[in-house]
Amino acid sequence: MKNHYETVFILTPVLSEAQVKEAVQKFKDLIVAQGGNIVHEEDWGMRKLAYPIQKKSTGFYTLLEFEAEPGVIATLETAYRRDERVIRFLTTRLDKYALAYAEKKRKKLEETSKEG
Amino acid sequence: MAQNSSEIRYLTPPSVEIQKKKYCRFRKNRIKFIDYKDPEFLKKFLNEQGKILPRRVTGTSLKYQRKVGQAIKRARHLALLPYLTDLLK
Repeated sequence: MKNHYETVFILTPVLSEAQVKEAVQKFKDLIVAQGGNIVHEEDWGMRKLAYPIQKKSTGFYTLLEFEAEPGVIATLETAYRRDERVIRFLTTRLDKYALAYAEKKRKKLEETSKEG
Repeated sequence: MAQNSSEIRYLTPPSVEIQKKKYCRFRKNRIKFIDYKDPEFLKKFLNEQGKILPRRVTGTSLKYQRKVGQAIKRARHLALLPYLTDLLK
């Protein structure tokens, strides 16, 4: 029984652009390898943190929305903990209201990108 | 009777007489999900120091106040909102 999940993680600002992409790709492959599928991916880019984490005040934010078996989350989170490039992560399960909200937002995003 | 009531001099005029009827904004405009990812909206529920405002001030119902609290704590975890600050607005 697949659940909808949403995960946001912050990468250290020290990384180059290529390393950031490679790190994001690593987590995406991990989810797909475990039988999940990525529904939506968002890159907020370099953002200022509200308080310094590990002496750094900015970070690369990435959002991944995916469907997966519950077991996948445990492996995903251990991967986050092991990887020292990730300084903070948060995985949440999407209930039906959150799902409706996410879809509505994605549609709006597509429209604006089409017009733009 | 009317005269002596007017003779009562208040040192400070009673400041607010009429109290605006507070309503829960989530129930009013049918918001079902509070997104922890947009700090601008959540800032309405924080005071200058970044602390969560009580229900009696914001007027939200218990069910949604818990959701707001949880969303704010998640946003703080992701450093979208500060735990404490001096000038938030």
